[in-house]
Amino acid sequence: MFAYVIRRLFIMIPTLLAISFLIFVIIQAPPGDYLSTVIAECQSRGESGCEDKMKFLQDEFHLGEPFIKQYGYWVWGLLQGDLGYSFEYQLPVSQVVGDRLWLTMIVAFATVLFTWIVAFPIGVYSATHQYSLSDYAVTFFGMLGLAVPSFLLALVLLYLANVYLGISIGGLMDPQYIDQPWSWGKLHSILEHLLIPTLVIGSSGTAAMIRRLRANLLDELHKQYVVTGRAKGLPPGRLLLKYPLRMSLNPFIADIGSLLPELVSGAVIVSQVMSLPTTGPMLLQALQSQDMYLAGSFLMFLAVLTVIGVLLSDLALAALDPRIRLGGGAMK
Amino acid sequence: MTPDNAIRPDKAGIPHTVSSEPFDPHSVEQLSPEQERYFLASQWKMMWWRFLRHRLAVVSGIFLLLLYAAIFVCEFLAPYGTETRDHKAPYAPPQALHLFDQGQFIGPFVYGYDFKRNEITLKPEYAPNPAKVEKLRFFCPGEKYEFWGLFEGRLHLFCPAENATLHILGTDKLGHDLLSRLIYGARVSLTIGLFGVTLSFLLGIVIGGVAGYYGGWVDNLIQRLIEVLRSLPHLPLWLALAAILPKNWSALVVYFGITIILALLDWTGLARAVRSKLLSLREEEFCVAAQLMGARPSRIIGRHLLPSFMSHLIASATLSVPAMILGETSLSYLGLGLRRPIVSWGVLLNNAQDVDTVVLYPWLMAPAIPVILVVLAFNFFGDGLRDAADPYK
Repeated sequence: MFAYVIRRLFIMIPTLLAISFLIFVIIQAPPGDYLSTVIAECQSRGESGCEDKMKFLQDEFHLGEPFIKQYGYWVWGLLQGDLGYSFEYQLPVSQVVGDRLWLTMIVAFATVLFTWIVAFPIGVYSATHQYSLSDYAVTFFGMLGLAVPSFLLALVLLYLANVYLGISIGGLMDPQYIDQPWSWGKLHSILEHLLIPTLVIGSSGTAAMIRRLRANLLDELHKQYVVTGRAKGLPPGRLLLKYPLRMSLNPFIADIGSLLPELVSGAVIVSQVMSLPTTGPMLLQALQSQDMYLAGSFLMFLAVLTVIGVLLSDLALAALDPRIRLGGGAMK
Repeated sequence: MTPDNAIRPDKAGIPHTVSSEPFDPHSVEQLSPEQERYFLASQWKMMWWRFLRHRLAVVSGIFLLLLYAAIFVCEFLAPYGTETRDHKAPYAPPQALHLFDQGQFIGPFVYGYDFKRNEITLKPEYAPNPAKVEKLRFFCPGEKYEFWGLFEGRLHLFCPAENATLHILGTDKLGHDLLSRLIYGARVSLTIGLFGVTLSFLLGIVIGGVAGYYGGWVDNLIQRLIEVLRSLPHLPLWLALAAILPKNWSALVVYFGITIILALLDWTGLARAVRSKLLSLREEEFCVAAQLMGARPSRIIGRHLLPSFMSHLIASATLSVPAMILGETSLSYLGLGLRRPIVSWGVLLNNAQDVDTVVLYPWLMAPAIPVILVVLAFNFFGDGLRDAADPYK
């Protein structure tokens, strides 16, 4: 197990490096940069000292230097925990981002929990009651959950929640709690507001998870050992829990890897619609105004989040299934 | 052996009963013509039969076929053009179609609206006026259009009554007819998925093919690349890529730009499938034979290896079309995808940005309905194809 963890951690290093390079290429790609925008603005206002300002910015952020050098500075900064400087907010990125990262992680965590709690019983039920009416109903809703664009679901649910549950629209807590110290009221308000984003972001993931769990469990249920167990007189519930369910759990955990990127994507679009103070709106804004360090650090953060998620799911799988930690599973 | 040893008592005296006549299997088992047809059918024919058994997939396939046929004749189907504005009817709600007026059959018609502006909120208000019975006309001359930009026409499937307007799905802020824009939007939204998938199909086959056929360090490199791409969240990356497209590009170029962006992140799944298949297939005799005869790798991959699992590839490609359609919709909705004057379902949904819209002008969310239907149809259709792809199972 120890060797497996070490091997897995070593694989992460080149992966993260490749991701950071990719992200840097992308945020560098738009023609022009923030610096030239600033200079143009400065000159159009007829201010004096434009040259000095340009010189200062260039020195500070290595803006005029070759691409590879800029990349090197950025990665070196990241390694030291320096996320760079947001031109637009005129603050270090870490200060701009601050709580948002935590909120994003909270939303992602809540969604994974939601997905599991919902998908697990439903998937098991629809597999054990194959071709029943409820199985068809679940399949249909699952398909629908995959097909409805998440922003639309967010809009409609927001409206419904406001009308029927009295939850204020937008934000992650009621307005009176913003900038207040933590209290039970605030916690309650946040939990209340987490409900819809979790539902919306989790809907497509849940639908996919139910389908996969159902398929896996069905495969297992038709195997010989289940028949043997039943013939020997195991009670159905015990039989199900002890053998086939354990087998079909593997993909459940392996799925965190593919679930997380989806969640983050969903979170971006939904938080935009619902004006949640998470990453979405800020990322969009940063991308549109070429605030490259802010956008880059954001993308990098999302990527790291998913890479760590994949790592955790791999480790959990290895702990659960000896075939993976002993065999060549890691190489596949 | 001599013929006379057929029935010959052996040492124990039990007669040996195996007949020496040549055995004809047909004498035992007579194949009915139907069975014969089944056993002799080609692979593609069996796939077709198997596909037909999946009712939902067939219905979805027909639905999609009709939609794709419709995008050729948008000009004829839509009562108005995309940029036609009804200045007198901003935010007009949908007009209900009726058949009977005061117990009398008239045929499809709508009640005309009385327009009024609310004096306090300045919000336009519409009330259907039962006195104005406006009967729809069919196959009628209506607004002029340029059919595919080639020749002018006036013929529409249906148009409003003389000197009246018709907004079956209502209008937006500027008075554009939503139904017409929805019909035109299908052209972009439906094709962007197809082009995107074609592109990612090519990428997946080529890259996965190279990785699987050569193996070794090439395979390793490509595998790592795929892993990196798969561990990145798609939407933020799409957004970042879409932000690269210069603002001054023409509509058509942006369209292809978005298609490429969608395809760039999508090919990995297909490449993986191709690779793992090729890794096992390249060890087969027919592949070695082709190599010994001096065929080039591209010919071996394309001519001998790929066709053996083409059906699987097509099925999984179909299943990735909905992701592309949803991707385009999301990007355009966020304002980083397609932009006006292109009309796509995502661009139309861009009007429904906030909860106010849901409350005040719910019909602006209508473009979501075709999106949902098409995505569902593609999912069912792809499911059917996947089940049919391996008819021998």
